[in-house]
Amino acid sequence: MGPTPEVLEKFRKKAELVSAIVSEVDSMAQAIAYTVDLCTQKEACQLLMSGCEESLSDRGHDLCELKQWGKVIAAPALNDADMAELVKQAASRGISVIKEGMRKNLAGIDIGFTMADYGIGETGSLVIDSSSEELRLATMISEIHVAVIPKSRIRATAEDMYDEIKGFQSRKPNYLAFVTGASRTADIERVLALGVHGPLELHILILEDK
Amino acid sequence: MQTAKTLSDYNKELREALDNTFLRGAMEKFATAYPVGRANAFREYDVTALIDEVAKVKDAGISRLNDLYAEFKAKAEANGVKVHWAKDGDEANEIVARIAKENSCKMIVKSKSMTAEETLLNHRLEKDGLEVVETDLGEWIIQLRSEGPSHMVMPAIHLSRYQVAELFSQVTRQDQSSDIQRLVKVARRELRAKYAQADMGVSGANFAIAETGTIGLMTNEGNARLVTTLPRVHVAIAGIDKLCGTLEDALKILRVVPKNATGQAITSYVTWISGANECQTAPGGKKEMHIIFLDNGRSEMAKDPLFAQVLRCVRCGACANVCPVYRMVGGHQMGHIYIGAIGLILTYFFHGKDKARNLVQNCINCEACKHICAAGIDLPRLIKEIHSRILDEEGHPLPSLLLGKLMKNRKLFHTFLRTAKMAQRPLTGGTQYIRHLPHIFSKDHGFKALPAIAAKPFRDRFEAIKPRVSAPKYRIALFSGCVQDFVYPEQLEAAVKVLGAHGVEIDFPMDQSCCGLPLQMMGEKKASIDVAKQNIEAMAGNYDYIITLCASCASHLKHNYPFLLGENDAAAKAFADKVIPFSAFMTDVLGVTDEKFTQTHQRATMHAPCHLCRGMGVVEQPRKLLALGGYEYAQAEQEQVCCGFGGTYSAKFPGVSEQILKNKLADAARTAAEVLVTECPGCIMQLRGGAEVNKSGFAVRHIAEVLADHLK
Ligand code: SF4
Ligand code: SF4
Repeated sequence: MGPTPEVLEKFRKKAELVSAIVSEVDSMAQAIAYTVDLCTQKEACQLLMSGCEESLSDRGHDLCELKQWGKVIAAPALNDADMAELVKQAASRGISVIKEGMRKNLAGIDIGFTMADYGIGETGSLVIDSSSEELRLATMISEIHVAVIPKSRIRATAEDMYDEIKGFQSRKPNYLAFVTGASRTADIERVLALGVHGPLELHILILEDK
Repeated sequence: MQTAKTLSDYNKELREALDNTFLRGAMEKFATAYPVGRANAFREYDVTALIDEVAKVKDAGISRLNDLYAEFKAKAEANGVKVHWAKDGDEANEIVARIAKENSCKMIVKSKSMTAEETLLNHRLEKDGLEVVETDLGEWIIQLRSEGPSHMVMPAIHLSRYQVAELFSQVTRQDQSSDIQRLVKVARRELRAKYAQADMGVSGANFAIAETGTIGLMTNEGNARLVTTLPRVHVAIAGIDKLCGTLEDALKILRVVPKNATGQAITSYVTWISGANECQTAPGGKKEMHIIFLDNGRSEMAKDPLFAQVLRCVRCGACANVCPVYRMVGGHQMGHIYIGAIGLILTYFFHGKDKARNLVQNCINCEACKHICAAGIDLPRLIKEIHSRILDEEGHPLPSLLLGKLMKNRKLFHTFLRTAKMAQRPLTGGTQYIRHLPHIFSKDHGFKALPAIAAKPFRDRFEAIKPRVSAPKYRIALFSGCVQDFVYPEQLEAAVKVLGAHGVEIDFPMDQSCCGLPLQMMGEKKASIDVAKQNIEAMAGNYDYIITLCASCASHLKHNYPFLLGENDAAAKAFADKVIPFSAFMTDVLGVTDEKFTQTHQRATMHAPCHLCRGMGVVEQPRKLLALGGYEYAQAEQEQVCCGFGGTYSAKFPGVSEQILKNKLADAARTAAEVLVTECPGCIMQLRGGAEVNKSGFAVRHIAEVLADHLK
């Protein structure tokens, strides 16, 4: 059973309050098209000022090497069919897709494309089992994180998925994340800045999955 | 960090902080924005109920820390995590140093951990030649500047963008602009390079869930996720108080903390780590993971009936956000490593009385922290208790001892006040203020005019003005407190007039003395118990209520007497039950109407005394009373913020008191009211004295006086 319209509405509202960009999609193909479009519109390492063009120390600059590859989407956990679709759509726009090797690409991934396991309406959060290191890094080091959440998996509160969370935690080892909006800081003069360590943008695609 | 040895050194440090206009501006902006953000975040919730739940969950955990630890250890070790118990900070640091050595680590990245700050871990690791890098942006900035944090949640709130730009220019050897968005990006890239190199990640833990051996981490920046992912070794350091039974417990705490800290519904990332996870660069592909639980006196504290509640603290920092003193001087002067209200307490336990001695005196006892605390900790009471413990351990300073002796003997004390009246005569120049301060007061005290002692105390006037009521509705005893009795008898006279006009029979028991709060404030606990006993005896007649016009007396009589004499003392309880503030009696008991008052609609604003609005929970009554009394009530934005008086506090810390007062007067002036009304003689002394010096242009009066003015 899917979420009530109220829960869905709250999920969207709360996520948007913390500057997540929320859309609905009918199919994975549409989610993939959205992601490839988004990547096409952005400049590799540029549009969002993630730092490549800033004055950096030499060591900071070394991380920029990946730029020579052009744009990159990391999709570490897609199933084969979706992966094939993503590669096909990305190739037509000159975008590379990688499934692994995040550690070597700490500064050059434009988009991390992942699924989310659950959504929490109360706070607009995504629950993502990040036990796979590649997946965890893809959600953290990319400039933009695009996460697909099946509509039926959005619940009202974290308590409503108590059993599910405990299920994750007993399959050990486990690394579970509640992700709410983009990475943020207000440490300098209390001015909000997004993307301090993690993604500069979070896009949530609610997938119709009835 | 706290370095001052004496109170006067400490006052010098405070002066420097007060002169730092950037710091004050930043704090002020935050202090006004914070309550709005918090209220928004809690709008859909019953805050009190949520906070009660946190207190319950934490208390349940505190009472069985050893069991929780054993359960956690078994669960976590079954999943490849090594769990350690460190009895103190040195031991914790040694464990981390050993792990670093055994795993040939050279570089360490840290995500914020208060516990690691408590143990001064960085110093220890750097001694071994390790490079330690803080990754939380604010922490990194202050690390680069070799400073301590100035706030629990916003460690670099005292620095401007220009200072950060200059710092980053040095670090990158490149010119940096002062644009905040760009500076953050520079930090992002510089720190990313550090994660890539690091061998070990050190984090704290906001939760340690026993039933699954899971730790939970809250972060907004996401640095904790990188710190716990990229390096091959992960060490988490947490106080044993972070242990809780179940995920459900943790979720309850999670629901409150970010809202109370910064007004966020939840932090951007909440990370739950159960077991040693995959790590591609580690030998065997598995992370080397350790969790160190730091005791450092916590298990002792857990057994203490009064101080166990300290372990409820979830480090949300809210107690600093609302503290009027902290707001003026910041965390470097109101804390050692832990800052704000909770910092004053923790400093004593974790870092010793040398560090805490001056700090604990710098609490004005306004109770704002207690009322915002995410875990319902009675912070002001604990602060005072520590103050009196330090005095007991170190010997009491002469003035406070003498005051104790003097106040215990009512007759002597009152004779002293009468004599002081004669002595001040040359100083008043015939006004109601002391015009020339005797040299025992330094120039620091010139920010407010001090009132003169009245020509005739209330106790000598009472017989003559006592109303003769034929069929009284209530029989009450008036508790005056020494300030109203000897300095402002006209406030009591006004009350007698208003009460008498409403058919109340009034008695003024002559054996009553000072309520004893000043003694408590000075840490003279024993003397304050003696005074409490005397007053209870003096007021033991057959009265329906004991009314006081002093908010501080009211809350001291009602809440501290039973505490001082023991909750089982029947006389103290019976006494306390009868105590009621003037405005609450007028509205709630008498149910006065506007018929007896002339309606002029003169514009009046309120200062809500700390001990009335928070101490007694009396908020609406004075506002209502003003309206019934024919005034137009205009709410001041900071109505409930302390005026900076705090009894002996303003004498001890004149600089801080002055600054708090200035803010207060400016806030009142913005309402364009003709009169600032309050319900405490201490507040009047501060506000009226300040308004006189500042030429604020409004009168400062007791609510009983403004009502008497309008009595038909
Ligand atoms: S009682 Fe007031 S002054 Fe004292 S620590 Fe709490 S908020 Fe600060
Ligand atoms: S004492 Fe209370 S308000 Fe202060 S940090 Fe701890 S939980 Fe938060």
